[in-house]
Amino acid sequence: MNKKKTLRVIGRIFLYGALLTGAVIFLIPFAWMISASLKESKDVFTYPIVWIPHTLVFENYRVIWEKIKLLTYFWNTAKLTVIITLIQIFTSSLAAYSFAKLQFKGRDILFLLYVGTIAIPWQAYMIPQYIMMGKLNLVNTHTGYILMQAFSAYGVFMMRQFYMGVPNELLEAARIDGMNEFKIYAKIMLPLSKSAIATLCITTFVFIWNDFMGPLIYFSTDAKKTLQIGLRFFITENSADYNLIMAASVVSLIPVLILFVALQKQFVEGIATSGLKG
Amino acid sequence: MKNRQRKRELTAIAFILPNFLGFICLTLLPVCFSFVLSFCEWNSSNPMKFVGIDNYVGMINDETFRISMKNTIIYVLGTVPTTLFLSLGLALLLNCKIKGRVFFRSIAFFPYVASLVAVAVVWNNALFHPDMGPVNSLLSALGVTDPPRWAASTTWALPTVIGLAIWKSMGYYMVVYLAGLQSVPQELYEAARIDGAGAWKRFVNITWPMITPTTFFVSIMLTIGAFKVFDTIYITTQGGPGRATNVLVYYIYKSAFVSFKFGYASAVAVVLFLIVLLITIFQFRTEKKFVSYL
Repeated sequence: MNKKKTLRVIGRIFLYGALLTGAVIFLIPFAWMISASLKESKDVFTYPIVWIPHTLVFENYRVIWEKIKLLTYFWNTAKLTVIITLIQIFTSSLAAYSFAKLQFKGRDILFLLYVGTIAIPWQAYMIPQYIMMGKLNLVNTHTGYILMQAFSAYGVFMMRQFYMGVPNELLEAARIDGMNEFKIYAKIMLPLSKSAIATLCITTFVFIWNDFMGPLIYFSTDAKKTLQIGLRFFITENSADYNLIMAASVVSLIPVLILFVALQKQFVEGIATSGLKG
Repeated sequence: MKNRQRKRELTAIAFILPNFLGFICLTLLPVCFSFVLSFCEWNSSNPMKFVGIDNYVGMINDETFRISMKNTIIYVLGTVPTTLFLSLGLALLLNCKIKGRVFFRSIAFFPYVASLVAVAVVWNNALFHPDMGPVNSLLSALGVTDPPRWAASTTWALPTVIGLAIWKSMGYYMVVYLAGLQSVPQELYEAARIDGAGAWKRFVNITWPMITPTTFFVSIMLTIGAFKVFDTIYITTQGGPGRATNVLVYYIYKSAFVSFKFGYASAVAVVLFLIVLLITIFQFRTEKKFVSYL
């Protein structure tokens, strides 16, 4: 019995040891980022690493707003994220309702077409899409980017799967009460699908907030750029000031971090059950 | 009666229309156009010219294409198995009844949602900086006389990027695996315990076979994702040094948006599409076997 107990204790120690090592590996880049963001430029790369600088240079966090158009980038990213999420939820849930609960000729074939395109990587058709946008003068405009991202087949697919689970009797009862389809959608389906909408919101938010290739191709002027692209260009242009780069990086991560901490469960489950598109 | 039927169909179509218009114009049309374009020669200044399969033939003799293909395959082989086993290990650890497991899960998952731009610069230009980075300083302190030059060396650049990719996506697949592990019926473990099966035996005989569908899903997702890699490459190495980390999508991007060879780039994009399609078909085919297995 005693031997078994010691074995258990050893096992526990081993387990926690492994977990702590893992946690350190996951956190070190973030720790380094924060630490460097509070240093003088010349102290960033001293060895051995001074994790907590002797004097904390909070000045870095003020300077970046002057050196980079961070505010513009923030505003652009937030604007695009909100608009795309809204259009996405609205049009996907409408279409999904029709695919799940209404009848029309060719419905199933059309749905198959939708599902089929989910498997096609965006990189395979981004060139003709870009050319079309160019012809419509929509390159380097937010409108172009919004159009490109807002009509994902994936959103329709996800919402439809959710709506399929709503019992038909519920809708029939509403129809007998004289509700028209739009009212049923707005008054019954939408309120029922809060969790699916939340998942779609989080997935879209993370995807658009972190999207790199789309903005890289579409936005060429500073006024249009998003946070990721803006930050990237700042990094290539100011490779000497690592303290500032790190301060800007920390700032760019804060919104996602806040949301992540607040909505941890929904975040992890939402993204994991759906798989980020892209 | 007929009229009412018609009205109902029209309502159904009206619901779909907003999304469908966007879908047709922005996905379906470009997808079709992509195939057409791959048989043409076109740079933005000259008119489009049909060239048959020239673009595809050109690829065979294009050394950069071959290198990109080779690098992509190395990247796939480098990331997929490692990420798979590490995330499974992590999930097994964090499925135990231990204090703070929710906290540990969150820590592991966070890199996945953190922006790559911010994270990559720390990884590549700071931690793994060949001269000033702490990793090499540590290696020198440990007596390694000639530590790798990481992203700056042709041999180490790809492994460095692969390391970053594994670190970033592990947490996500850990969560997928956790869901898989939790669906394994507990009775099986209890029965095995009564039979006196140890932890390793229980893993080999119960856990591993029961989570094959998850493993299958994870490996497909990882493989497709790895074939589409771009951000990591663009942000860290820009395909360099030389062509050491040039991958398929990076090559597509360069050909289209830097050299403006839209036709040729589209042909490479079609190749990418075919690869992903093959993997997807393979997935559908084999998945049936695994589902009946359960």
